[in-house]
Amino acid sequence: MDTMQLSFYDVLRMVIAFVLIVSLVFINAIIMGYMERKMAAKIQRRWGPMEVGFQGWLQLILDGVKIIAKQLIVPKDADRTLFRMAPLLAFTPVVLPFLVLPFSKSLFGRDINLGLIFIIAVSSINVLSIFVAGWASNNKYSMFGSIRSVSQNIAYEIPILLSLLSVVLVTHTYSMQGIVAAQGSIWFCLVQPVACIIYLISATAETNRAPFDLPEAESELTAGYHTEYSGFGFSLFVIAEYANMFTVCAVATVLFFGGWHGPFSGEYLGALWFLLKVFLLMLIMVWVRWTYPRVRFDQLMNLAWKYLIPFSLVNLLLTALIVKCI
Amino acid sequence: MKEIERYAQFLKDESEADSTELQGGAMNSFPLTEQVLKVCQANSLWPLTFGLACCAIEMMAAGMARIDMARYGAEVFRPSARQCDLLIVSGTVTKKMAPALMTLYEQMPYPKWVIAMGNCAISGGPFKVEDNYNVIEGVDRLIPVDVYVPGCPPRPEALIEGILKLQEKIAGKRHPWPQRKMKDAVKVHPIP
Repeated sequence: MDTMQLSFYDVLRMVIAFVLIVSLVFINAIIMGYMERKMAAKIQRRWGPMEVGFQGWLQLILDGVKIIAKQLIVPKDADRTLFRMAPLLAFTPVVLPFLVLPFSKSLFGRDINLGLIFIIAVSSINVLSIFVAGWASNNKYSMFGSIRSVSQNIAYEIPILLSLLSVVLVTHTYSMQGIVAAQGSIWFCLVQPVACIIYLISATAETNRAPFDLPEAESELTAGYHTEYSGFGFSLFVIAEYANMFTVCAVATVLFFGGWHGPFSGEYLGALWFLLKVFLLMLIMVWVRWTYPRVRFDQLMNLAWKYLIPFSLVNLLLTALIVKCI
Repeated sequence: MKEIERYAQFLKDESEADSTELQGGAMNSFPLTEQVLKVCQANSLWPLTFGLACCAIEMMAAGMARIDMARYGAEVFRPSARQCDLLIVSGTVTKKMAPALMTLYEQMPYPKWVIAMGNCAISGGPFKVEDNYNVIEGVDRLIPVDVYVPGCPPRPEALIEGILKLQEKIAGKRHPWPQRKMKDAVKVHPIP
């Protein structure tokens, strides 16, 4: 049982990492909210927030202060306990994957040897929180939104797992640091291009972003699963969504785009490359959201079951064959 | 009429409720926090996606490229009444729509504001005739209104002016945040 003993240094490291990570989640929500509104404005030939601070950069902070002061409404027929619990349940599991993300060679919370599995396992709790929110609201729009979200997430977990597995077959490790270290010479988006594309499409669906944002389709379902949430409950859902986006983009960066590798990436400076890649991927997700219309539900399911899963299975088998022959 | 009795009941309930609780709770008990909060509320008014008639077209135009509500942080049109601060009554309120409108207003969390946009919402407009049998003559018979924007329909600039007036009402100053003055119309916010 030697491995179970934690020294004081390890505990201190975990506490500091957790504090930094929670603040990163909130800062990420502020930056991405601002970037989303600004990019939407640029795409629609508008200006976006302009008046509060230079180019409106304080807008999200003002929105946050306002939303804290809003009245919290619990509907009369709702399940009070579950209704209060759902935003916390949405927020907590999205913080945990940050603990195993390798920000740079020496900057990470903890490098466990099943890091990838840990991230996938923890981030699927998010679906449960969405379902709890829809169920507890006792509202037909919330219920429809959460049912859609559950079926969508179950369908898209499979291609995500299969495409990640084909990378793991190449690297022979689940450890995030190990996968990054294996990409010193060539990025895996060139070795596994099919897996990379399948992962990026499924990740967009997994985080409920447009064009797959059916759980909160505004034209049909008012606001989807968070229809009944006001004030900070609603903003916790939004923060969780942006943190989830960060997680899937970070996994894509680690597995396909070389992690912290880049020119001048020393022990700690690699974090800059890592964050640059992650935010570029997130900007692409925002770009896609404001460019493409929403798909229909049968199209969404057809895409997952008829195209993504067969292609990722074939990709996995081919990878296994090639790895075996070499 | 049934809706007018409902409004009277709503006003009675509201006057009996704890007003500090509705207007931001404990954050209002300190003078500086109250001031900061008012500035924040004035600069992020999220409207409800709610269009009733032709004025709604002008409301959409106010959110589009030429006259951009987003500059004042008011572009986040929330579809759910639980997440918005501002109800823009844009158009004719018929007797059939009245209960739905009142429900939407009552579903909004405090603090909340209402803009009556266009002559129909203010007083019934062209429908205020002797033979009128189906139009509510003024939305202020149903819900409390903060700002009236006249016009048939009002131009998008008028709606922006209404939002600025609402900011003045909330924060007590016309420009609660030191905002750009429209001195040089060419240099300030040209269309990209």
